[in-house]
Amino acid sequence: MNATMFSALAPILILSLTAIVLMIQASIKRDESVAWIITAVGFVLTLWGAIYARDYAQSVTILLQVDHWSLFFTSLIMIASLVTLVLSRDTFSPEGERKEEYYLLLVLSVLGAVVLIQSSHMVSLLLGMELMGVALYAMIAFPERGQLPLEGAIKYLVLSACASAMLLYGFALIYAATSELSYAGIGAKGAQAYGENPMLIMAGSAMVLAGIGFKLSVAPFHMWTPDVYEGAPTPVTGFLATVSKGAVFVALSRFYIDGALYQYNSLNTALVFLAIASMLVGNWLALRQENIKRLLAYSSIAHFGYLLVVLIALTYLDTGLVSQSITFYLAAYMVTTLAAFTVVSTVAGEDTAKQDISAFEGLFWHRPLEASALTVAMLSLAGIPLTAGFMAKFFVITVGIQSGLWGLLAALVIGSAVAIYYYLRVIFAMSKSTESTGESASHLEKLLALVLIAAILVLGSWPQPFIAYAGLL
Amino acid sequence: MVMINLIVILLVGGLLAILSERISDTMPRKVAMAVVLVDVLYLLICLSGMPDIIHLQAPVANDPSSWLMHFKADWIPAFGISIELALDGISLLMVLLTLVLGAIAISASWTDIVARKGFFEANLLWSLAGVLGVFMSLDLMLFFLFWEVMLIPMYFMIAIWGHENRGYAAMKFFIFTQASGLLMLMSILALVAVNHGATGVWTFSYFDLLNTQMAEQTAHWIMLGFFIAFVVKLPGFPFHTWLPDAHTQAPTAGSVILAGILLKTGAYGLIRFAVPLFPEAALNFSYPAMWLGAAGVVYGAVLAFGQTDFKRLIAYSSVSHMGFVLLGIYAWNELALQGAVMQMVAHGFSTAALFMIAGSLQERLHTRDMREMSGLWQQMPRMGAVAMFFIVASLGLPGLGNFVAEFLVLLGLFQVNVLITVIAASGLITGAAYSLLLMQRSFHGKVNKKWADYGLSDFGPREMSTMAVMMIALILLGVYPQPVLDVAQPVLQSLLDLTTIPTLAVAEATP
Repeated sequence: MNATMFSALAPILILSLTAIVLMIQASIKRDESVAWIITAVGFVLTLWGAIYARDYAQSVTILLQVDHWSLFFTSLIMIASLVTLVLSRDTFSPEGERKEEYYLLLVLSVLGAVVLIQSSHMVSLLLGMELMGVALYAMIAFPERGQLPLEGAIKYLVLSACASAMLLYGFALIYAATSELSYAGIGAKGAQAYGENPMLIMAGSAMVLAGIGFKLSVAPFHMWTPDVYEGAPTPVTGFLATVSKGAVFVALSRFYIDGALYQYNSLNTALVFLAIASMLVGNWLALRQENIKRLLAYSSIAHFGYLLVVLIALTYLDTGLVSQSITFYLAAYMVTTLAAFTVVSTVAGEDTAKQDISAFEGLFWHRPLEASALTVAMLSLAGIPLTAGFMAKFFVITVGIQSGLWGLLAALVIGSAVAIYYYLRVIFAMSKSTESTGESASHLEKLLALVLIAAILVLGSWPQPFIAYAGLL
Repeated sequence: MVMINLIVILLVGGLLAILSERISDTMPRKVAMAVVLVDVLYLLICLSGMPDIIHLQAPVANDPSSWLMHFKADWIPAFGISIELALDGISLLMVLLTLVLGAIAISASWTDIVARKGFFEANLLWSLAGVLGVFMSLDLMLFFLFWEVMLIPMYFMIAIWGHENRGYAAMKFFIFTQASGLLMLMSILALVAVNHGATGVWTFSYFDLLNTQMAEQTAHWIMLGFFIAFVVKLPGFPFHTWLPDAHTQAPTAGSVILAGILLKTGAYGLIRFAVPLFPEAALNFSYPAMWLGAAGVVYGAVLAFGQTDFKRLIAYSSVSHMGFVLLGIYAWNELALQGAVMQMVAHGFSTAALFMIAGSLQERLHTRDMREMSGLWQQMPRMGAVAMFFIVASLGLPGLGNFVAEFLVLLGLFQVNVLITVIAASGLITGAAYSLLLMQRSFHGKVNKKWADYGLSDFGPREMSTMAVMMIALILLGVYPQPVLDVAQPVLQSLLDLTTIPTLAVAEATP
């Protein structure tokens, strides 16, 4: 370790420091608002750290790969965490009205996500995923009221543990075949090991894929998603949908690219199956949902199905366009999902009855800003032009066409056509005429909604600067 | 810049309409009308500054400098996407039609819309802006963008101000057009990828993509993607099922825009993109397409005959009339194409007028059921006379625009295939049957006692003057169609030159 390595680790170090400061603060005087401020300052500093570390990009030991790509995602995740933090302030309070631990858990979970994004080794992958996951279980169950959060947390805990076990066993098998744990090492020795003992590599990578697929909630590993989405406090759901899934996907793409997993045909076939299943299952089941959080859960399943197309295309294309597409898609998806959850959180709060689509009726007329934000988010998720979601879909289809993945593209078209229905249902509900309810969001949340609308529209209508930037990562 | 300004004026006008609602309740419609008139005036002033507008030169299809106007600016250079707009004779006709019908739609919404007027007029103006974009974009990505985005305000117009079953209709409309739009997006991207593979350059420009070389199979599939998207919008049989619902449930102004303008974007797309980009594939496909057209003509007419809902009948008659457009385009000779363009303009006016009449009836009677209407002429003689005029126009009475259009299409089609011509011509007879039935059921016959003490008011000055504009337009198109033909002719000629395969040879090859 030398000094520049510490600079490269700035985001991780600042986050760890924030966690320590939070613990010290809690031991001196328990104060929720001070904890909130410390966390916010920590996140903003980390965001700065992610930009600062760009000048020191390097691999830090064998475990972490700090490069521009991972730093970009680190910043993206910090922005998503800041949004989560803003939403968490007013929306729910646990019994005893104390929330300091919640902020501590949030910081730890974000720390896990950052480690996950920068991982270049199976150990750091596992470390990051567990740190993020364990903190998340507690965050999901944090409100303590009612059965839904507890049910969601236990479901997530039990199934996550299974997934981690699968992941570990997969690592062991790959290690047995290649005697390597770092992605690059696996990439270098994988082909030869595959020649000697194909079953070991196949079984190992399939198990890793299953473990990661569970965290990404791609079909058929998606069973937990709607219940956890519904049960978790809304800001936590937003966090799970953006930070957790985004970080896991980045880790998966790194493993896939650096570990040269795309060279194995059978693994690719499995991925094609996962992608098509996710697009169809996600969109199909979303049709019947009444609760908007469950709807968004199924929609996210479908979106990760679309995103998998890009990974599959790696077999046919060089990494340039592929990583650019992943960058754009994840950025668009995160911004859009955050906008949706911001509105759900400010409008419906933690009241399950208010999360029904029918409870959003008339929102256009008495809360135009929130309704516009949700409309833009829905249109973006549906992939209508001028929104970020459209450009994201544009990337996926371009990549798909260039690699000739016609079956996947057909599934994408069918899935998207089905999806329009349930996204429009939300918009239609909001455009109905009803009596005004006269509630109002805080200024901070309104500002947040406005910023997210702008971000979605700018990404969709003037993406050139961002594409140019993503191309340089 | 002129073309961008045309669109921007409408977009900003929409915002003004929303804001003006704060001043007074009746302000939005005035603002909207003013905005459209300003747009028309602006276009006319810009055109009058062009010396060669009177005798248009044939533009070379793949040389933008020979077009009336051309504008290009970078948008997403990473993929060769630019903001490229251009105007030639056909686009000019369509733009003028859009703006005039836009003004008529605003007039139709004058008393029809009672709630949230500002937002309604804004949606109306925004959908006009989207349609203008469709007619002027020559970058395929930009075209696609306008193609999709113009649907959102239309969706809101149906979903918020529509009739009893609006949710279903709006949803169906949006899903049909979006799903077919996705197919078109795939086709556009595939075409661009083929071009990228051949030349190594990313470009979405129409002018660059015109002569893309590709395998026959590839061209066929990509062409099909465009074809389906455009035929859904047209709408052609069997993709028409969204239309009766959307048209029936939309508020009057929405129906006017849907039938008068939005349907024409499908026909325009076929003429501008589907055939010229893939001449061989498209003309090999001309027989299935023409059969679909003929099927649409007959099927639309038969279904129209069976309707009891005033608006639904007109909606099905649109399916029948747009069948002629499909026939005219895929016959792909000058006469038939002239007929198709003529039909686009004439049908725009006649259907818009009929929908307005339907809207006025609904406003007065609160029903669209023709079984409840009877002898309305006696109570509303002016409306009856106007309805008579547009009904005979729509059934193709000689001397009015629709006759010229359908006659030209049949004349051109006759050179290509006699059998299809005969079948399509039968649409004129069935057309007469359902049109006269519409007249007879609603305006003739005994007075229904139910309406006797309803105090039905006849057409007032606003409605009469709106109708007069459309009447004059149809008469002019009928007795002196030459200006329209002159404007369209050079463009059609250049398109025919571009697709060098003579249609007659294709006709001979396929018995």
